[in-house]
Parts: sequence; C-alpha cells; structure tokens
Amino acid sequence: MAGNIMLEVVTPDKSLVSEEAQIVVAPGEYGEFGVLIGHTSFLTTLKIGMLRFKDSGGGERLVFVNGGFAEVLPNKVTILAESAERRKDIDVERAKVALKRAEERLAEAGRKENIDARRAQAAVQRAIARLKIAGTRRAA
Amino acid sequence: MPTLKEVELKIKAVKKTQKITKAMNMVAASKLNRAQEKMQAFRPYANKFAEVLGSLAERAGGDEENAPALLVPRAEVKTVDVVLMTSDRGLCGSFNSNLLVKCERFLKEKADEGIEARLICMGKKGRDYFRRRKANIVGEYLGVVGARFGFNVAINAGRILIDDFLEGQADEVHMVFSEFISMARQAPTIQQLLPITSVEKADKEALEKEDTGYIAEHICEPSVEELMAEMLPKQVYVQIYKGLLETSTSEHAARMAAMDNATTNCKEMVENLTLAYNKARQAAITADLMDIVGGAEALKG
Repeated sequence: MAGNIMLEVVTPDKSLVSEEAQIVVAPGEYGEFGVLIGHTSFLTTLKIGMLRFKDSGGGERLVFVNGGFAEVLPNKVTILAESAERRKDIDVERAKVALKRAEERLAEAGRKENIDARRAQAAVQRAIARLKIAGTRRAA
Repeated sequence: MPTLKEVELKIKAVKKTQKITKAMNMVAASKLNRAQEKMQAFRPYANKFAEVLGSLAERAGGDEENAPALLVPRAEVKTVDVVLMTSDRGLCGSFNSNLLVKCERFLKEKADEGIEARLICMGKKGRDYFRRRKANIVGEYLGVVGARFGFNVAINAGRILIDDFLEGQADEVHMVFSEFISMARQAPTIQQLLPITSVEKADKEALEKEDTGYIAEHICEPSVEELMAEMLPKQVYVQIYKGLLETSTSEHAARMAAMDNATTNCKEMVENLTLAYNKARQAAITADLMDIVGGAEALKG
C-alpha cells in the first residue's frame, strides 16, 4: 500500500475528524467518488449523504455530511460541511421525527416549486441519509 | 448625620448588591470561556473557507461581465440593509451604547446621502432602541447573541438578506458588530456583507499564512463558476456567523469587566459606610458618656 491520506472534516462548530485514512469515499455533486493517496488536486461540492473512510486500522467509518464541499490534495482531503456527524452520534429518533414532519410539509406544499418545498425536500434527504447511515451494520 | 440604624441597613444592602455583581461576574466569565472556545472551533473552517474561495476567485477573476451578481456593486444605491448586532441583556457597561452610536452615525451618513436604510436587529437592545426611534426594522432575531446558537441561524438570516439583495430590495448590506480584540477592548465595527468585497483580501491573508506559496491548481467539479455560485452565499453566512460569535464574546467580556467594576465599587462603598457607621457609633457613645458625667456632676453639686 502506498500509504494513508490525511482526512479532515471541519464544520463551523468543530473539527469533527482529523485522522489518517486508507481510502475516503465522498458523495460528490456528480456521484460518489473515492480518494486514495496521490490523488490529483480536486475541488467539488458535496451532496447530502454519507462519507465513508477506512481508518488506519482498516475499520470502516461512516460520517453524515450535510452538503458543503471537498478539497482534495495529493496527501490530504478536507471536507467543509455545514454540519456533520459520526455514525454513533446520529440521533435516530430525531431523524425519524424530522422525516415525518418534512414529509407532511412536502405533501402540504404540493408540487409547487417554491422555497418551502425545496427546503422540505432537503430536510427529507437529510433525514433519510441519517437513518441510512445509522441503520448500516458496521463492516468488520 | 445619618442615624446608626440607617447606616447599618445601607451597609447590608450594598453587601447584597456586591454578592449579585460578583455572581454575575463569574457567570459572565464562564460564558466568555465557552464563547471563546466556539470562536476557536470556528477558525479552522473559516480559514479553510477563505483559502478555497480566494483561490477560486483568483481563477474566476478577470471575467467581469459574467461575474456573479453577489460580487457586483450596484451603480446606484438607493436602499441599504443594516444588520445590527447587540446583546439581549443589559448590565454590560457601554457595550450596547457603543454599538448603537456607531450604527446611528452610519444611518445618519446614509440618510444624508439620501439613501434609505432598513434594519435587521439581532439582539433586543438594538431593536428596542430603534423601535423607539421609529426606524424601519424589517427583521429581528432575539435570543441569539450571547446564547447558544448554531450555524443555521446565520444561514437563515443570510438567506433572507441575499434574496432581498438579489430582488433589488436592498442595494447594499452592511453589518454592525462588536469585534473582540482583547478582554479589555471590544471595538464596534462596520463590515460590508453584500456585494461581497472581502474575497481578495481573504486570499492574500491565506497566502501569507501558507509560506510555501503553493496554490493548488484544482480540477473543479462542477465548473469554477458553479462552485463560486455555491460558495458565495456561504461566504455571507460565514461572515454573519463570525459577527455573531465576535459580538457574543464581546458581550460577555464587557459584562465581566462591568461587573468587576461594580464589585470594586461596592467594596469601596462598604468601606466608607463602615467608617461612617463607626464614627456615628463613637459619637453616640461619647454623647452617652457626657450625659452620665453630666448627671454625676449634678448629683455631687
């Protein structure tokens, strides 16, 4: 193996992750992408979704990211997200409640393309992503 | 000469006040601590953000015609939005009045130029002040400054500002906040939020920090322009959040200093009053003695 790549996940509240990873897989705007050490410099926006990485011990870690963007340098990946949570910190109950509320709002807003509907959609996405991550069994 | 009883009561009252101010001082100190930690935690995000945005702006620059709307200054400025950040609560010395004076002067300047101003008040003190003066307040956020708040507050406020700006309801947006310089110094500051001006500056700072002088030539996905469009509103949120953090920290620092002063003053007052109390007591004793001596003399006579 060529070595590990430095991963940093930073939110306005705190620096969530700062450790070495074997591989990082992030939800890019145009689809999920994987990063190993030596990757070309690269900048992209992120979707709401799941960030996966293998820590230096080979354990798979999952992090929920709420949009933002990623800067990839050959030896370092920096994720700037408006908010992010590690899998174990996800509040499943809250996500479920949020999902229900957002779906109700979405139904109310109907198919009109207004701001409320867009926000409700984003809320639905967030809740689903959180639940998906929380529900995933940890591999290995 | 005040009577003994009066002075005694006064001493008790001042001592109670002193207890309160001391407690408030300690509460402010712990809140200040937390606010400073929050500022510290935000720094990596802000720095990285400025760095990335700066390098993007450099690459997108030169294309003046297609520059994003958030960057272009309006030829004619008719209305400005002013975001005023103050605390919700008082008892923090001249903290709020400094901010209000700064804001009022700014509004006056704009009014003299014939520019209409709309206020967005973050914090009760500013809102109350300008409501009494019948200013045009279009938004208010209470319970934010000095309390626990998240990034989403900045996003919500920022989104409204940006929408109003793009719709032409406001041609410029400024922010009045208190910059936290040190424990003893908090300076009221005005910063322009929209159109965004600080991109280049942020870039230079970021470059100076990185002594290698290496700017990554990123592959951008989607295009540079789309990335810029995504990031510019966030730049506004980041600035608002920074302003809120600085103002909160300043508030607690100002309150701490004010309460420290108050406690010292109480101490001084108690000392003076105790002196007066002892004097009055002594005077009473002397008067009693004179009476007794006088009475004894009379009996002898």
